[in-house]
Amino acid sequence: MADSLTRAGSVRSSSSGSIRRKLHRSRYLYAMFAAPFLFYVLFEYAPMYGVLIAFKEIKVFRGLGAILSAPGIGFKHFEQYLTDPYFWTLVRNTVLIQVLGLAIGFPAPIVLAMMLNEVRAVAFKRAIQSITYMPHFISLVVICGMIVNFVSTDGVVNNFLAFLGFQRTAFLVRPGWFRPIYIASDIWQHVGWGSIIYLAALTNVDPQLYEAASLDGAGRWRQLRHVTWPGILPTVVILFILALGRIMEVGYQKIILLYTGATYETADVIATYVYRRGLIESDFSYATAVGLFTSVIGIAFVISANRISRSLGETSLW
Amino acid sequence: MVGIARATTPADRVFDVCNTLLLLVLAFLTLYPLYYVGIVSLSHGHAVIRGEVTWWPVGINLESYRAVLEAPYVLGSFRNTVWYTFVGTAVNVSMSALCAYPLAMKFFYGRRFLTGFVVATMFFKSGLIPLYLMVRSLGMLDTIWALVLPTAVVTYYMIIMRTFFQNIPEELNDSAYLDGANDIQIFLRVVLPISTPILATMTLFYAVQHWNSFFPALIYLSDRERFPIQLILRAMVIEGDVANMQVEFQDDERIVDTTVKYAIIMVSTVPILLLYPFLQRYFVKGMMIGSLKG
Repeated sequence: MADSLTRAGSVRSSSSGSIRRKLHRSRYLYAMFAAPFLFYVLFEYAPMYGVLIAFKEIKVFRGLGAILSAPGIGFKHFEQYLTDPYFWTLVRNTVLIQVLGLAIGFPAPIVLAMMLNEVRAVAFKRAIQSITYMPHFISLVVICGMIVNFVSTDGVVNNFLAFLGFQRTAFLVRPGWFRPIYIASDIWQHVGWGSIIYLAALTNVDPQLYEAASLDGAGRWRQLRHVTWPGILPTVVILFILALGRIMEVGYQKIILLYTGATYETADVIATYVYRRGLIESDFSYATAVGLFTSVIGIAFVISANRISRSLGETSLW
Repeated sequence: MVGIARATTPADRVFDVCNTLLLLVLAFLTLYPLYYVGIVSLSHGHAVIRGEVTWWPVGINLESYRAVLEAPYVLGSFRNTVWYTFVGTAVNVSMSALCAYPLAMKFFYGRRFLTGFVVATMFFKSGLIPLYLMVRSLGMLDTIWALVLPTAVVTYYMIIMRTFFQNIPEELNDSAYLDGANDIQIFLRVVLPISTPILATMTLFYAVQHWNSFFPALIYLSDRERFPIQLILRAMVIEGDVANMQVEFQDDERIVDTTVKYAIIMVSTVPILLLYPFLQRYFVKGMMIGSLKG
């Protein structure tokens, strides 16, 4: 039996035989792979080809074939975009919302994980975990619906402010309030979920380290600083680098739900502009050009982030 | 467990008390908004307007729920969402498995190339407009397929699945092969039955995604009859378009805009919250599998 198993291994290994035999051996797997392959061709690769539209002038869409025959206009759309003063507003808004979001949102789950790690009562810890993970599963529309109604002039937030003697404010039409609301609600929704990966890293910290530190007279604070923190630092570094790589990926769906004409000044980001310009105003070519420009920068970020994380000898995406 | 051997000094006790208090505050901040939505949806409209509802429902009644469920688009959109979630999840799970299994087999000829072909799409994205034009030229606008097919495989989830299949002992596979089964039969009769944990995780991942999604519907659907509940929710709760959604207030003072809005939030969210205990366990498990090998 053992002998036949080794033979089976060699029969099906890809290292021997002609290409035809290898193809033949994999035929059932190809049959399985056919449908997913078609999906990737149709919805990932074909649209990549459709990016060509950025170099053409197409106002009325008459099918993908028409893209090919339309005359090219080179980089005209890109020039137009880069010289538009609004370009800088979009870039500033995109970068600011992401950098501020990262600055406040990135440490939050780390702190929560470290706090949870200090809890000794298992039941209490579990309860806090269950509660804080929950908002992650609530839909964006519901989250934004709650925000809109809570901060409206007759909403619960303003009721509370009025109770304290403050003036009522229409928060969502004030450009200055957009980023705080966006970022705070994001943390509210995802802080618990984000802490899972750090908690997992903390389970790998050797309990004896705590005992040793304790015997040496280290209090809880010092254990936190000298045992817990070094224990999750590698995870923190890697996740931070990967987060930097995704810096161009704004949560534009949430912005579309929350912004109004009154807050475009701070809320309009590149992705929301692409959506409006392309799908509301049907300016397909120009919007594709704007999107393409952003993707190229985004890819550069992802690739460099991955390089760095790999050179640190830890996980990489590929 | 960690703390057993730790000495307890007064400073440590202060630390513990502060930590516990902060976590309690966090739990309160997380739960209260949801609780508040719940109690307002159950309260009398006048009490809500006068700002009397803070800790418990005042003048409990279910009229807002009646108004919401009787509004013409709500129940229909709820049915649409259930249907989209069911079909979408079925397509997602089967397509992901069909993609992941061959890529997990060492003898699959062209495995490296095809893995690259698939993973490359995680980095190189065509963008919103070209995808929209593709869906449009396939004639999928205003059909369920626009919501289901363009996201048929989420590559990241598929890779989690592949990792799972890779960890199945090869001997199992090989002995079925020697018994004369082909790869499809092995997949269906040997691999799938022992893959229920990953299938359950994937089903939940995808189902929650479909249930909560609004953006594909926003760009691909224009017929209100076909809207999923998230779009109806957006119209009523975010754009405040309660009147246009033909909610019958019937001059009932117990119902006001706010109670109706909060009632529809509850209607759309309660199914997820009922599933939550299962979701939590499987999702955490899925996250762990995914983080082992990225």
